[in-house]
Amino acid sequence: MNGDEMVTVYIMGKKHRVPANLTIMKAMEYAGYQLRRGAGCRGGFCGACSTIYRMRGSFRLQVALACQKMVEDGMIITQLPFIPSEKKRYRLEKLKPDAGVFLEYFPEIARCLSCNTCTKACPQDLMVMDYVQAALRGDIKTAAELSFDCLSCGLCAVRCPAEIVPYHIGQLARRLYSRYIVGPSEQVQNRVMEIEKGRYDEEIQRLKSLDINMLREIYSRRE
Amino acid sequence: MRESISLVEETRRERVGRSFPFMSMEERRRILEEWHPDYKPGTKRPLMIGPSRGMIVPHEVADILEAHPLIDPDEIDVTDLEYDVDVLVIGAGGAGLSAALTAQESGIDREGILMVQKLRLGDSNSKMSQGGIQAAVGPDDSPALHFLDIMGGGLFANKPELVEILAKEGPDVIRWHESLGVIYDKNPDGTMKLISGGGTCRNRMHTCKDYTGLEIIRVLLDEFLNREIPYLEFTCAVELLTDDKGEVVGAVLWDMDSDEYRVVRAKSTILATGGFGRLHIQGFETTNHYGATGDGIVLAYHVGAVLRDLDATQYHPTGAAYPEQLVGQLCTEALRGRGAQPVNRLGELFVHPLETRDAESAAIIRECYGRDLGVTTPTGMRGVWLDTPLIDILHGPGTIEREFHAMYRMFGRFNIDIRKEPILVFPTLHYMNGGVEINPMAETSIPGLFAAGEVCGGVHGKNRLMGNSQLDLYVFGRRAGRYAAERARKVQAGRPTLNHVERYERWLEEAGIKTSRKAPLLLPEYRGKKTLEHIIKLL
Ligand SMILES: Cc1cc2nc3c(=O)[nH]c(=O)nc-3n(C[C@H](O)[C@H](O)[C@H](O)COP(=O)(O)OP(=O)(O)OC[C@H]3O[C@@H](n4cnc5c(N)ncnc54)[C@H](O)[C@@H]3O)c2cc1C
Ligand code: SF4
Ligand code: SF4
Ligand code: FES
Repeated sequence: MNGDEMVTVYIMGKKHRVPANLTIMKAMEYAGYQLRRGAGCRGGFCGACSTIYRMRGSFRLQVALACQKMVEDGMIITQLPFIPSEKKRYRLEKLKPDAGVFLEYFPEIARCLSCNTCTKACPQDLMVMDYVQAALRGDIKTAAELSFDCLSCGLCAVRCPAEIVPYHIGQLARRLYSRYIVGPSEQVQNRVMEIEKGRYDEEIQRLKSLDINMLREIYSRRE
Repeated sequence: MRESISLVEETRRERVGRSFPFMSMEERRRILEEWHPDYKPGTKRPLMIGPSRGMIVPHEVADILEAHPLIDPDEIDVTDLEYDVDVLVIGAGGAGLSAALTAQESGIDREGILMVQKLRLGDSNSKMSQGGIQAAVGPDDSPALHFLDIMGGGLFANKPELVEILAKEGPDVIRWHESLGVIYDKNPDGTMKLISGGGTCRNRMHTCKDYTGLEIIRVLLDEFLNREIPYLEFTCAVELLTDDKGEVVGAVLWDMDSDEYRVVRAKSTILATGGFGRLHIQGFETTNHYGATGDGIVLAYHVGAVLRDLDATQYHPTGAAYPEQLVGQLCTEALRGRGAQPVNRLGELFVHPLETRDAESAAIIRECYGRDLGVTTPTGMRGVWLDTPLIDILHGPGTIEREFHAMYRMFGRFNIDIRKEPILVFPTLHYMNGGVEINPMAETSIPGLFAAGEVCGGVHGKNRLMGNSQLDLYVFGRRAGRYAAERARKVQAGRPTLNHVERYERWLEEAGIKTSRKAPLLLPEYRGKKTLEHIIKLL
């Protein structure tokens, strides 16, 4: 694409001409905004930049990550500075890994309409509805796996007609899966014990006591 | 660009299984001196003021250290306390979150802790790490071998007592993460899946697919919220507070929503503000998040804390150079590890894919600027190809989709299918090797001020190895939390002043520094045409 092409966008209703090869995020900056909320990693890894837009002449309300979506001519844009959602408090070590846990903390999941709106909204292309349903069934492994790439951007929650907050459910599923279904690694625990017993102290002390040339020598000969 | 892609496709077949020889020691020395940004003359200067006066640092770092403090002591009444806490944590990345959790576990009441964070909780470099975290748990591995690797990687400039701790407490960090519910990749028999990383003699990298940082951070954050530890988002620390003895007793905050200042007194203050990628050293693009403006080194230097190793900056050889939307973003080292080759505009090999990060970067820069064999993008960036389709050719179809989820998605969003097309890359500013000097208790040289994570110097010497930063966050983040809690139980917080700000102004004046610059920067400046600038000051 030619770097000089310009398009018209409407940032919170104000009209701006911006280069066509920019993301929504950079287009806002080009238009003079210094972002405070609504920017984090700037690379599609954090979910801080949730944005809603509509194309002129279209009835469809669309969602995107501002740092990952390019501007298009006629876009009407607003960022979501914050997603109102309540994070349920729990003590992981007191929970039981079954369907009951999800119904206790997120009773609203029983109202899921299977409308798939959440899945369509997800900028990570996750099967959001499927992980919500898996949690409802108590299939923690599936819920954990399907939600693994979630950025907590909140766009699924904003769109859900049943007012479910899928990403909190995915988070609980993943923590339960790791702690109770996979469980701790014996190999790691054994190594921690060895270290606590001082098994490696002598060797490290010896390395620490060497002068730098000796250390360099040992380093370059290590296998 | 299309034409050049065809050349890459034409040569791909005959490149399969072929390699480029590693450089000799002498070639490496020469290419680094000629082409690595850290060796380029005229890009650094000695600091003229403060306890680390004389230390050579990049101009961009000297500029923020030789700048006026952002706040005017006459305009703020620092005795008007809005918060009076035991432990103040500045920065909610991996180091800050683990410090806050550990301070509470060490007996500080949750109400006695305050977390302040410039962006949203958790949004940080920590969340972006893809590659993994090192810890010596393998049967053929040991903390002693890990110790050697860290020292060698750091060119033996590290503080050995910090390296010892990093190596020895690694396995316990993994144990801690697992107990909190982090999902690490495992082998079918339940042992940890360990992969190799540059500069290490054993496979000791633990991963959570290629979303390692995301997975760890969201678990710590969930736990942090569960424990109801108080926090302020979109609030920056703009200055520290000192008492009449010069000890740190809290900070002045700036609320980014209301533009108001707030004063926090604290018995212990923990700096966990991360690195400086957004200073764009020498005009380089960066992998770092939006808030990485080096605030922590500025705050610490204002109160007189000693800095170290800031002369060495880490560039990652393969940042994205195209499309525009991804410029600077990390293309993980593992791509090269699995067989992707760097090739020039003509489709030719010019460097071994697994040289050390500095030599690999220098070779790519030379190809683009010295030999003019790079590809120029529509926005004027230059880069070389990283021939990713080789990965599926070498390891079978489906490998990329399975192992490089984040990478495949990142480019797929811009209609680039990395299974079929090469990607354009150029070195990108990645990591602040040096920083505020700490001791094994995560104390800085100023009592009351602790530091952990990328803001620190000493752990990694002149060069950090992949995976050791993630480890550093949790090892020293937890130590900072523990020792900050210990101090908070023993001391009374003194009366807060901004005396050090006045002293800093005097230092500037005595050194004859006349400038309108102010620091910390808090946010990078990208408004207007600055959005479009990619001027790498190489020529
Ligand atoms: C893309 C990428 C990939 C990486 N991959 C790896 C890897 O695979 N393995 C590895 O070991 N390392 C990796 N690293 C390096 C590693 O992730 C970082 O060094 C590390 O995360 C730094 O953690 P931190 O907690 O010190 O700082 P950060 O995680 O950056 O957190 C600092 C926080 O402090 C906040 N802050 C800054 N200034 C202020 C202020 N004035 N007031 C209040 N808050 C403030 C910031 O907003 C930020 O949230 C990677 C880095 C990047 C950028
Ligand atoms: S599942 Fe929801 S919160 Fe997670 S990335 Fe998708 S839309 Fe965002
Ligand atoms: S949008 Fe809500 S109701 Fe519809 S499928 Fe998703 S979770 Fe269920
Ligand atoms: S800023 Fe992190 S996903 Fe867009």
